[in-house]
Amino acid sequence: MFDTLSDRLSAVFRNLRGKGRLSEADLTETLREIRLALLEADVNLGVVKDFIAAVREKAVGAQIHAALNPAQQIIQIVNAELTEILGGQTRTLRFAKQPPTVIMLAGLQGAGKTTLAGKLGKWLKDQGHSPLLVAADLQRPNAVTQLQVVGERAGVHVFAPEPGNGVGDPVAVARGAIAHATTKLYDVVIVDTAGRLGVDAELMKQAADIRDAVNPTEVLFVVDAMIGQDAVNTANAFAEGVGFDGVVLSKLDGDARGGAALSIAKVTGKPIMFASNGEGLGDFDAFHPDRMAGRILDLGDVLTLIEQAQKTFDAEESARAAEKLLGGKGDFGLDDFLQQMQAVRRMGPLSKILGMMPGMGQMKDQIAGIDEREIDRIEAIIYSMTPAERSDPKLLNGSRRLRIANGSGTKVSDVNALVKRFTEARKMMQMMAGGGMPGMPGMPGMPGAGFAGGGKKRQAKAAKKRKGPAGPPRPAVAPPTATPTAPGGAFGLPAQAPAAPGDFQLPPELAKLFDGQK
Amino acid sequence: MEFFWIILSAVVVVLLVAAGAIIFGKQKALPSGDEPAELAPTPTDVVAEPAPSAPAAEPVPSDEVPEPVASRLVRLRRKLSASANPFARGLLSLLSADRLDAEAWDDLEATLITADLGVGPTDELVSALRRELSIDPVSDPSAAKKVLRAELLKLVDPTLDRTLRTTGADGLPGVVLVVGVNGTGKTTTVGKLARILVADGATVILAAADTFRAAAADQLQTWGSRVGVEVVRGPEGGDPAAVAFDAVTQGIAAGASVVVVDTAGRLHTKAGLMDELGKIKRVIERKAPVTEVLLLIDATTGQNGLAQARVFAEVVDVTGIVLSKLDGSAKGGIVVPVQRELGVPVKLIGLGEGPDDLAAFDAEAFVDALLEE
Repeated sequence: MFDTLSDRLSAVFRNLRGKGRLSEADLTETLREIRLALLEADVNLGVVKDFIAAVREKAVGAQIHAALNPAQQIIQIVNAELTEILGGQTRTLRFAKQPPTVIMLAGLQGAGKTTLAGKLGKWLKDQGHSPLLVAADLQRPNAVTQLQVVGERAGVHVFAPEPGNGVGDPVAVARGAIAHATTKLYDVVIVDTAGRLGVDAELMKQAADIRDAVNPTEVLFVVDAMIGQDAVNTANAFAEGVGFDGVVLSKLDGDARGGAALSIAKVTGKPIMFASNGEGLGDFDAFHPDRMAGRILDLGDVLTLIEQAQKTFDAEESARAAEKLLGGKGDFGLDDFLQQMQAVRRMGPLSKILGMMPGMGQMKDQIAGIDEREIDRIEAIIYSMTPAERSDPKLLNGSRRLRIANGSGTKVSDVNALVKRFTEARKMMQMMAGGGMPGMPGMPGMPGAGFAGGGKKRQAKAAKKRKGPAGPPRPAVAPPTATPTAPGGAFGLPAQAPAAPGDFQLPPELAKLFDGQK
Repeated sequence: MEFFWIILSAVVVVLLVAAGAIIFGKQKALPSGDEPAELAPTPTDVVAEPAPSAPAAEPVPSDEVPEPVASRLVRLRRKLSASANPFARGLLSLLSADRLDAEAWDDLEATLITADLGVGPTDELVSALRRELSIDPVSDPSAAKKVLRAELLKLVDPTLDRTLRTTGADGLPGVVLVVGVNGTGKTTTVGKLARILVADGATVILAAADTFRAAAADQLQTWGSRVGVEVVRGPEGGDPAAVAFDAVTQGIAAGASVVVVDTAGRLHTKAGLMDELGKIKRVIERKAPVTEVLLLIDATTGQNGLAQARVFAEVVDVTGIVLSKLDGSAKGGIVVPVQRELGVPVKLIGLGEGPDDLAAFDAEAFVDALLEE
């Protein structure tokens, strides 16, 4: 059973990969699968129909001068179409020429407006603005209190003249907020409104009144990424009732693909501007349609990963560690490893990070099997070492190992295993990183190139998994020949996959980032 | 272990390289010192509860009388027929067409999928209809409707036991645990449920075990004080299991008949939060068995609802489903696959933000309302 669109499409493409050329029947079958997959991912029916029609048209036309294999071709077409549905280009927030910029949030109950207000406030504040949150949800019990707490956590001021719980006029509050912001020199005003249904004419009128009162620069429609087929009805109702300029996808950290929410962009023609993907106030990001398309197609989301790394990693520390690693000869010690590992952990659970890496959809089971506490144990062992031991694990003789095991509540065999695996992992990291760096942009054939595009790196990993890390550093297992040893296993697909993602998965941007290193 | 290390080192390498490559300093960190200093006045009518698990409002006789449960179904029908009509009409006009060609069947399939019914149940329904109609071709809508009703009803399965188990054994209170992903309406449902239970003459204690979301306990408090029900709460960010435990302890001591535990919304993909939920249930069961675990599913939820239900069922053994926000334009078709896969019946439906907008789920009424014109 396929639970996500990405898995589903992967299965479809797996069937395609074996074929040299697409027949009409193949195409029909494939498109039917894609259609069902998209529907299961809650993409709106109308959008699916358009999508299928467009893909079919392009696939049929492209077949005539096909140099690529059909699978690559379809993937490319599907990817391009998907990106288009998702809204084409990223749009950033507009700011009013004459402050304050007014941002109004609207949406169904429980979409996450109040939480988003806090996140948006913090995001703007981090960018150097001085935002003001306005509690115009006077309906839900204690929504006002919630916004106040959220504002406090985000370090953003809240304008809440009314207690809420059905008391007070949200239109008046919104109007008052603008005056307040103008006199107190806030440059962005975020108006949190009550959740309302698209079919509730009275409340839609109220929302329109609030809009007229504050004359917002941006009206953002907040929608739950888990929403089903009804998304389009609701979006249309809001587009008609209030009118909105952009869409915010919330709860994207779940396993819903957000198919329906994405079709909103297509049906209403409004871009998805932000994605909210976690419980913390910092779990909020500008939405990148191209990345999302890649994510749906299981191409991974390396850019988001890197961006997040950017936020959590100490650049200098990391650069130094990377240098040590690349310098070879065991400079990269356990302490550096520990540091990096902790930085990785700060980004969130390992499984979430891995989910953003390309091709990981195939390894869901293994990822799910990862025990985060394993890291705790590793940390405990490393913490039980002296600084000298950490930087040079070769020091560790029998008695030192026993001491460490006792100190960390583990067994000597655990310490041994850690040291052994660390040395092996270091060797592998050196190989991967060292091989990848120089050959970066589009030199897939280069020996030892572990990095040309997201897929390649995983390829190296997959190959390693089979050979075991202890093997001699074999230069570049060539993608096609790597498969025979593990036919049909969990890694059967990844071994073939890199060819496709490598061709078009955002290499320029990625390459740019890596180029900066040289 | 090996795989784990490979993954870990790969991640470290990727991030190292990435982070190393990044040139910092572009983020302009403007000082926010020129911001206005004072916070807006924040009047609030909520009585702040200082001590953890202290009783909230004095249980005063409620001045609001909850609407009788029976008359709610009438409202359900009205609401459903208003929202679900396009669905019903679409199906009926399809079925009553002169002949059903491949395209019509495709459309039928699509219509069901549009109602968030899911591909599996849709296939089932479509093939069942095909079979029925090939044996006995119908031309008039009422006959088609009958067939459709029968098939839909079969999918919804009216034979399931949909009563709420709110009575505990051996003089212990019944414990109702309310769970679900964020924003499905757990707190609101707990508030409404408390009203129903109070209307039935039960003595109720609410546990505000959502210690995570800002002001969630206040929200529950407001609901509780409306019907004069005691709310047990803990410090914000505290251990939700402790709050639940205290509430049940208090319920036993006070001889309450039902304790309803409101939990924080959690995405089913967050293993840590799901563990926490499991702990809440385990801790409660040291005092009294949990008689009912209600999973909230938002009617607007698409196919992800199934994934949610699966994980929650695994962690806390869900015994009933509450379909919330059915008053919107969403059809709530997701309950069909959920019920089908887990065998857990839909027990209650939420119909809006009003205090009495919670009704028992009745399969026949549900299907009838879907088909009403």
